[in-house]
Amino acid sequence: MDLSPLWITFKISIAATAIVFVTGLLLAWGVTYTRKGRAVIDAVLSLPLVLPPTVMGFLILIFIGSNSSLGKFLDSFGIKLVFTWQGAAIAAAVVSFPVMYRGIRGALEQVDTEVINAARTLGLGEFLILTKIMIPMAAPGIIASVVLSFARCLGEFGATLMVAGNIPGKTRTMSVAVYTAMQSSDRSLALKWVLLIISYSLLILVIMNLLPAIRRRRA
Amino acid sequence: MKTLKVDIRKKCGSFQLVSKFETSADRFALLGASGSGKSMTLKCIAGIEKPDEGFIAIGDRVLFDSKRHINVPARKRRVGYLFQNYALFPNMTAFANINMICRDPSRTESLLNMFDIHNCRDLRPSKMSGGQCQRLALARVIASDPEVILLDEPFSALDNYMHTIIEREIMDLLSGFDGPSVLVSHDRNEVFRMCDTIGVMDNGSLIDIQDKEGFFDHPATLVAARLTGCKNITRLTEDGFATDWGIKLGLSPSDLKEGYKYAGYRAHFFEVAGEEQKGKENVFEVQVERVIEDTFSNAICFRQKGNDVKSQDSLLTYITGKDTDADDVKFLKIDPSRLMLLRR
Repeated sequence: MDLSPLWITFKISIAATAIVFVTGLLLAWGVTYTRKGRAVIDAVLSLPLVLPPTVMGFLILIFIGSNSSLGKFLDSFGIKLVFTWQGAAIAAAVVSFPVMYRGIRGALEQVDTEVINAARTLGLGEFLILTKIMIPMAAPGIIASVVLSFARCLGEFGATLMVAGNIPGKTRTMSVAVYTAMQSSDRSLALKWVLLIISYSLLILVIMNLLPAIRRRRA
Repeated sequence: MKTLKVDIRKKCGSFQLVSKFETSADRFALLGASGSGKSMTLKCIAGIEKPDEGFIAIGDRVLFDSKRHINVPARKRRVGYLFQNYALFPNMTAFANINMICRDPSRTESLLNMFDIHNCRDLRPSKMSGGQCQRLALARVIASDPEVILLDEPFSALDNYMHTIIEREIMDLLSGFDGPSVLVSHDRNEVFRMCDTIGVMDNGSLIDIQDKEGFFDHPATLVAARLTGCKNITRLTEDGFATDWGIKLGLSPSDLKEGYKYAGYRAHFFEVAGEEQKGKENVFEVQVERVIEDTFSNAICFRQKGNDVKSQDSLLTYITGKDTDADDVKFLKIDPSRLMLLRR
């Protein structure tokens, strides 16, 4: 059995989670400051959660495809995103973004505003407040969001297939491998991937549920 | 000495905040019921909330001026704010809580010693007692080198014993602090012990500012009289009849001319009178309704015999020693010089 889909899936998911962690954290932080237009901004940032994967794939291709201005710009440096694992990572990032963003926003909003106000009156700047106070205080929620978006990336299928295709050893992820195996009527191969996916997904969710208890025991 | 000048207006939900005062070296208190706008005033000074219009300055340094569009951010105001629930950084040790602010480890060590919390140096706030948390919060405020210190109900989370100790410590600290301080409280005793000048807030407005002796002896308004703890208050007619109490008060013609609307009398100022005084001005014929036993005194609740006004204020309170038998109290007399006459 060719295990390359396993490695490719994890490579894509780790890259996508890293992108989404930074962007999700910064945007969630920014949104906690907005008052006017917050409902709209929040809705736009959460859109990938409800749109069909094909719509997301379509939009991503429009933005990074070889006919787009960004695609042409990157092409002049010899960088191609469509049909590469990097493109798959971008697709996974876009699709899992709302999971990270909403989770972190919720965690940051849980931080006691009195503590933040105290920090301000004591002369601390906003970035210092974020890194030294808000992130440590919101850590359990942030960690849970990272785990959940990573799991979402692992399970990504539709947008990835449209953007990165199904190139064995290059862009074929586990979920795509199940699809391909079924197409070629290789039920036993499909079942192997299915069992593997179910087991690690379950493992991740169990670990996530145990995180609060582990933290409590340490404290 | 720097002066704190505040003159702000802000619409907050159901009421309009109107707060105007000036204070320099003296300790200023804002006294008012909860929800009267005391904390909102402090938050505007600290820059946590933004007033709709007005002016805030410390000495020559303008912190807020709606006309000139000045709104200095909270972190640059140098206004120390002591929060009700301390608002310590829960993820940091006591040392880190202070050092985060002054970024000077040797100063942090000396502040830990000065506030007697060096034994908690490496503990997080969740492992510290209420008193230790309060001291840490104070040390942190001092570490930020404030020009003004604001205290928002600083003792509400402490038990009676710690309250006394921390109150003394804050007094010591403030007497060594070279700048104005504002205390927010609903506790008249605390305010009396700690402050020199008192402002009364009612429903968003700062209605009365007086020095503390004048404030407790001669409150100017009904709200102020209630806040000083005056238990007996009555409406007053033009000819000096106490509507709620049901007796005539012996007011001088000049007092009558002033047109006072209310009169108040402190519960422990009544004098026991004899039968011969019955029916005279300032004298109650006592009908005891109930006796409430307190720790060191008894409160006798009574009304004027035959008074058919059944308002909350028609029932008066006479506070007396534990050895007084309520059955012996037949007549009580008011000393007119101790009446508090209120214009509104």
